[in-house]
Amino acid sequence: MNGIKFLFAAYIATWVIHGVYLGSLVQRFSRLRRELKELGKGK
Amino acid sequence: MKRLFPILSVLTAILLAYALYEALVVAPTDALQGDVYRIIYYHVPSAWTAFLLFFINFIASIQYLASAKPSTQSAAKWIVIAIGIVGVVASFLPAVQNLLPPGMRPSAMATTVLAIPAFYFLIGKWFPGDRLDVLAVTSAEVGVVFCTIVLVTGPLWARPVWGIWWAPGDIRLTSTLVLWLIYVSYLVLRRFSNSAQTQMLAAALAVFGALDVPLVYFSIWFFRTQHPQPVIGGGGSMDPRMLHILLVSWMAFLCFAFLVCWSRFRLELLQREVEQAHAMESLAGATASAKASLPLSRSSR
Repeated sequence: MNGIKFLFAAYIATWVIHGVYLGSLVQRFSRLRRELKELGKGK
Repeated sequence: MKRLFPILSVLTAILLAYALYEALVVAPTDALQGDVYRIIYYHVPSAWTAFLLFFINFIASIQYLASAKPSTQSAAKWIVIAIGIVGVVASFLPAVQNLLPPGMRPSAMATTVLAIPAFYFLIGKWFPGDRLDVLAVTSAEVGVVFCTIVLVTGPLWARPVWGIWWAPGDIRLTSTLVLWLIYVSYLVLRRFSNSAQTQMLAAALAVFGALDVPLVYFSIWFFRTQHPQPVIGGGGSMDPRMLHILLVSWMAFLCFAFLVCWSRFRLELLQREVEQAHAMESLAGATASAKASLPLSRSSR
């Protein structure tokens, strides 16, 4: 049974999903830090 | 703590690389399925990790709901203790053992039941007050990520093995999709609702949503399904070398999930800090404008 392309597709898809999620976490972190900094400046 | 995170990240990366090497190079090829079976080393650990995270979400949600009143907190504590004792005793009763899926040991069931009070008290001790809610949203979000991987890698295995991407009506597949949808709706509720009751409503939804987890897990024993039998816990058989690699892979995914949860937990705390700062700023602005308008209203009299 030739399923090697499906095997690699599954492994790549797993890390793409994790990568996208980790990227979204980093983006949210930087947005919140910036927001907090701006709020601190406003005081 | 700041030093611990990078150290653990490096160790987890090494463990994940080792698990990948074991899965792709060391694991023997399956006689029937060929190499495509190796998807199991990502699919199954992702499913187990998602179940564990949804279980943590369930316990944190119960704790959060119970913490609303001291009387409910005390009642919940005794109910959880009773579930632990009754569950362990019942696991060894012949009448209950007859109901267990074939191959499942009573000790496995007793251990699973004991996890409920154990997690309940540990989570209550380590995550007091509002941190329970932070833990609940963290575990749900990371659980959804792992469940998404299960739903993506499953069809990628099914296509070459079954000849179809999805078996419509199959209870294991459908209940997993329903589980994913429940937790996605939980996250949508939390994201878009601004009501003061959102946290309570989300906790209640999580408690009902968690009831789908045992249905997903036990469905392959109690219903006719195309999904393969379980690899551990009875019913199925697996080469010990394959099982060893599967457990190594699960350990790697658990470490990775722990680090992701840690980051998400810190993000949620930061989010709440920003919200609090916004609220304080609005309050300060409102107080200042009220003070400014006071002499004006006096002079207009």
